[in-house]
Amino acid sequence: MRKIVFALAATLAVTAVTSALAEDKYKACFIYVGSKTDGGWTQAHEVGREYAQEKLGDKVETVALENVPEGPDAERAIERFARSGCGIIFTTSFGFMDPTLAVAAKFPDVKFEHATGYKTAPNVTTYNSRFYEGRYIIGQIAGKMSKTGVAGYIASFPIPEVVMGINGFLHGARSVNPDFKLKVVWVNSWFDAGKEADAAKALIDQGVDIITQHTDSTGPMQVAEERGIKAFGQAFDQIKAGPTAQLTAIEDTWGPYYEKQIKAAMDGTWQGGQSSWDGLKDGILSMAPYTNMPDDVKAMAEETQAKIESGELHPFTGPINKQDGSVWLKEGEVSDDGTLLGMNFYIEGVDDKLPQ
Amino acid sequence: MDIAQNILLTIMTAATPLLIAAIGELVVERSGVLNLGVEGMMVIGAVCGFAATILSGSPWIGMLAAIAAGAVASLLFGVLTLSLAANQVATGLSLTLLGLGLSGMIGESFVGSAGIKLASLDIPVLSDIPLIGRLVFGQDPIFYISLILTGGVAWFLFRTRAGLTLRAIGDNHASAHALGINVLKIRYLAVMFGGACAGLAGAHLSLVYTPQWVENMTAGRGWIALALVVFASWRPWRVLGGAYLFGAVSIGQLHAQALGFGIPSQFLSALPYVATIVVLVIISRDRRLTLMNTPASLGQPFVPDR
Repeated sequence: MRKIVFALAATLAVTAVTSALAEDKYKACFIYVGSKTDGGWTQAHEVGREYAQEKLGDKVETVALENVPEGPDAERAIERFARSGCGIIFTTSFGFMDPTLAVAAKFPDVKFEHATGYKTAPNVTTYNSRFYEGRYIIGQIAGKMSKTGVAGYIASFPIPEVVMGINGFLHGARSVNPDFKLKVVWVNSWFDAGKEADAAKALIDQGVDIITQHTDSTGPMQVAEERGIKAFGQAFDQIKAGPTAQLTAIEDTWGPYYEKQIKAAMDGTWQGGQSSWDGLKDGILSMAPYTNMPDDVKAMAEETQAKIESGELHPFTGPINKQDGSVWLKEGEVSDDGTLLGMNFYIEGVDDKLPQ
Repeated sequence: MDIAQNILLTIMTAATPLLIAAIGELVVERSGVLNLGVEGMMVIGAVCGFAATILSGSPWIGMLAAIAAGAVASLLFGVLTLSLAANQVATGLSLTLLGLGLSGMIGESFVGSAGIKLASLDIPVLSDIPLIGRLVFGQDPIFYISLILTGGVAWFLFRTRAGLTLRAIGDNHASAHALGINVLKIRYLAVMFGGACAGLAGAHLSLVYTPQWVENMTAGRGWIALALVVFASWRPWRVLGGAYLFGAVSIGQLHAQALGFGIPSQFLSALPYVATIVVLVIISRDRRLTLMNTPASLGQPFVPDR
């Protein structure tokens, strides 16, 4: 009898030790909509995860699940992570918003971070990057570089994030060329290299000489390179796909944010219900080297970037009219974040009808 | 008028991978085998073609590697469904999943590598003829192969004895077997032809269409090819028409958007699928003819009695 008790006690002790060892490592989990090597959006998050892992070292175990479709599958994937002992879960696509909230309600002790959404909960915080700051800069470059005065914009889905990017780009372009025009083509996909390339060809055939995109592949950049026009990289430096075409790229740098949030989750200072929206000045967003452009355009871009970083310039500063000509922002008026995050209208000069 | 030529070129480039994959699958289905793994074989072809091109420096070697890779992938399907008589639908679907995963693994170190484009034909004088020069004499080699394949398959199926045999097997494998035809051998050949075509279609994506490798770059084109075969009621020239119609509407809707007609883009994006289905269904409305063209033993496993 005594032997049995000893054996049991020993087993218990061993289990306690091993589980304590396992708990030593804090588990941070990531859900990706695309593949880790997409050369764009998801790869930028993966680079961020690797950065956080390296900085935090042995104390943390980071796990990522790639190619998770938006919709019901996402909820299953998030829930599996929550059950498997993840302390904090990052869901890195707009379409994961409702699934994240649904799972968060079931697991109040797990911390959730959702990228680019607008709904929070006591254990859900959102984070985003002020991409429109970069879009404003590339818009200005386009305004200077375009000979035809028309740029082409390859867009994915009509969500506020994308509409905000289109408006930011056009407003930047119009700040240096008031007659600048923008043609928009929606491909209704985040990632289809062939279709994005076709859209780029269609736009070029209709006379645009600068291409920019809010989709994730390097297809359009290749077409630009081949046809000898200029383009901007998306989410990731795409200079390899367009050595003579890329003017610059808006690069996402999530690493420092991930490091900070995982650390906060570990030492108990993490807060739910927050919305973090950082920009160029915080380093969550950066511009790839300005290339393939004259020095004066480069100087202008650098100056604008410096002004945005110092807070001297907010890209959405009036006067700005809506597409129908009505006033959105009066002279000197700056848009509030709420309007930007829910943006569902074009500004004046977009040659497209916004899909509703 | 350069614009018209450019648009037509874009349409043909968009249609070519669909056409090649569909022609291959047509032969497979005419022999009575349903291989739903087109998407998987295509993506394997795309990655192997790209990798071989980078490693060897020659897109021609890449193209051959893609064809071989597609054929090998289809051989796996053949062993399972023909020799082991596994369920064709389930095996085909798994082949697609396998292809998507495996290609991601093979291609991991090639992401972001600068691709080498399979050069387009450039014949002095002829390629510079206005309006049609580049359409007829200035396209990529795979485009010409796709037309030769279509013509060749049409001729083979309906004008040769071997083609008749293949169709007989697809219609009634038991009778064909009773006539002393080696059903499994011919089905193996058909399946591998389909795989080789899917591999070539993949090579078109990673060597001509967008010379790069990214995961899932086929983006559903294998499924469209499969649908084209059915809606074209297993007739090669109709497959060609369907592929070009699909390409034309896909590119046309992008132009309509860029022109800013104000038609909802979601509707325009769905248009290629709707238009192709409607047109092909109307063409094939004669039920008797359709039935005659449908391989009667499609999808049924054949186990020779011993």
